[in-house]
Amino acid sequence: MTDAAILSASGLTKEFKGFVAVNKVDLAVERGTIHALIGPNGAGKTTCFNLLTKFLQPTAGKITYKGQDITGLTPADIARQGLVRSFQISAVFPNLTVLENVRIALQRRRGDSYDFWRSESVLHEYDDEARAHIQDVGLTEFSNERAAELSYGRKRALEIATTLALNPEMLLLDEPMAGMAQEDVERISALIKRISQNRTILMVEHNLSVVADLSDRITVLARGEVLAEGDYATVSKDPKVIEAYIGAGHA
Amino acid sequence: MTTTDTVSHVPVQPRDKTMGMPRHHMLIFACLFVFMLVAPFLLYPIFLMKVMCFALFAAAFNLLLGFGGLLSFGHAAYFGSASYISAHAAKVWGLTPELAILCGTGTALVLGIVIGSLAIRRQGIYFAMVTLAFAQMVYFFSLQAEFTGGEDGIQAVPRGELFGLLNIQPDRVLYYFVLAITFGGVLAIYRIIHSPFGQVLKAIRENEPRSISLGYHVNRYKLAVFVISATFAGLAGATKALVFQLASLTDVYWTMSGEVVLMTLLGGMGTVFGPLLGAGIIVAMQNYFASFGAWVTVMQGVIFVLGVLLFREGIVGVIAQRIKKPL
Repeated sequence: MTDAAILSASGLTKEFKGFVAVNKVDLAVERGTIHALIGPNGAGKTTCFNLLTKFLQPTAGKITYKGQDITGLTPADIARQGLVRSFQISAVFPNLTVLENVRIALQRRRGDSYDFWRSESVLHEYDDEARAHIQDVGLTEFSNERAAELSYGRKRALEIATTLALNPEMLLLDEPMAGMAQEDVERISALIKRISQNRTILMVEHNLSVVADLSDRITVLARGEVLAEGDYATVSKDPKVIEAYIGAGHA
Repeated sequence: MTTTDTVSHVPVQPRDKTMGMPRHHMLIFACLFVFMLVAPFLLYPIFLMKVMCFALFAAAFNLLLGFGGLLSFGHAAYFGSASYISAHAAKVWGLTPELAILCGTGTALVLGIVIGSLAIRRQGIYFAMVTLAFAQMVYFFSLQAEFTGGEDGIQAVPRGELFGLLNIQPDRVLYYFVLAITFGGVLAIYRIIHSPFGQVLKAIRENEPRSISLGYHVNRYKLAVFVISATFAGLAGATKALVFQLASLTDVYWTMSGEVVLMTLLGGMGTVFGPLLGAGIIVAMQNYFASFGAWVTVMQGVIFVLGVLLFREGIVGVIAQRIKKPL
């Protein structure tokens, strides 16, 4: 494990009643890189994500973020430390407008919004900034549209805009390209590349060409364990990785 | 950018607002208020006061269900216990009506904190069952306790003198006191829905894991809205005790919890005006169809089934969709 690691896990284990989903995974994500987590279905990638963001409680192991042990924190507190995740299924607030979606993230800056006696018009101070984030992902014309009305690709773009509004130091993207049309893949790919400037990204992704294109480092998981790690050239030649992917038609 | 979606991109009209309220909401509230001012000269005041109390109860319930996304099946506990305490305070302690109502409301608040902090640890049907279980405990306590009068309830509750000055015994005088409380309560709930807090609530209702991942401690918001909802339900119950000069087991029984669910769904959950209309319809049915006896319950059931089948969004929800404006 290097000192440059912003997020690291050691011996990360998750057991579900007699089934070990994640087994003693060691992971170190270097600051400023795009790190991909790949592996066949059921390899434990999403479980790993849930453990790192504490949406699941690890059975054993330790998670360190920026040199601080975060194993005992709640998911909301982890988000407050600047480690923000996305979800496999698009995670927008469907009955809020695009603008309101992004504003929910910006609103976090007020601290806890327990002020139920105040008019929501105090939130207008975030409108301009929210619009800037919306423009960034090309959704300006949909600002007042309900998020539910957006196409799938645009929902994912909105999700990214919302996440970026928190200005997180590190992003965990769970299959950002899942179920996307090719043009969308290219657009989101470019967006991820752009936002990775001065940020760290850990992503789970099935689309190997995207992984090859974007990531600096790849960790391959299979049956809950780390199979290989390295850059794309190294990993894709690894016989164990090839074996794990046989039948899936990759590598 | 793809253009695969077929949704027409008509931007939502910029909302005209006066005092932080869209004009059409302001207009409806104004009409409602004017109507309620003259209504006791056209309709039976006790009936109108009953409608108002239940409208506030349903609005409080809707705050939790429609905006917090939490289905409580035990709201009778707050409504009923507040009703008992308010009746007891007015009758036995001899407090003035505003203080009696305050005592009842405070009881509901405390009860809301206790039950809420335990219930919000569970979700969905389990949450509903926990709230129901606690409400049944409150019911059995009310049945057994001395001061509640068991099956008889607390009868002949004096309405007393408001602030020790104004005699509110006459129905028409009490009416305006009740109008002030319920209208104020509904407006307060309106403000809560449209506050920064309300905005976070809606986000949690829409997507809880996402709200967590944005750094919101969702359980604290859930508890807060639970307690606020219980408190307003208590305000409605406490007021109702003075209107009918009676607090009884009916107020705290589980059918009362069911009735408020019915009112809210029929009117339109998650709308501002739906619960008010729903309460009006149900109370009117109970009142004007009272001669049908037990058949009223059957009719309520039929109306509910038809309502759910024909307009799942509730009456006001459907109208809101038609005119493409939130109501």
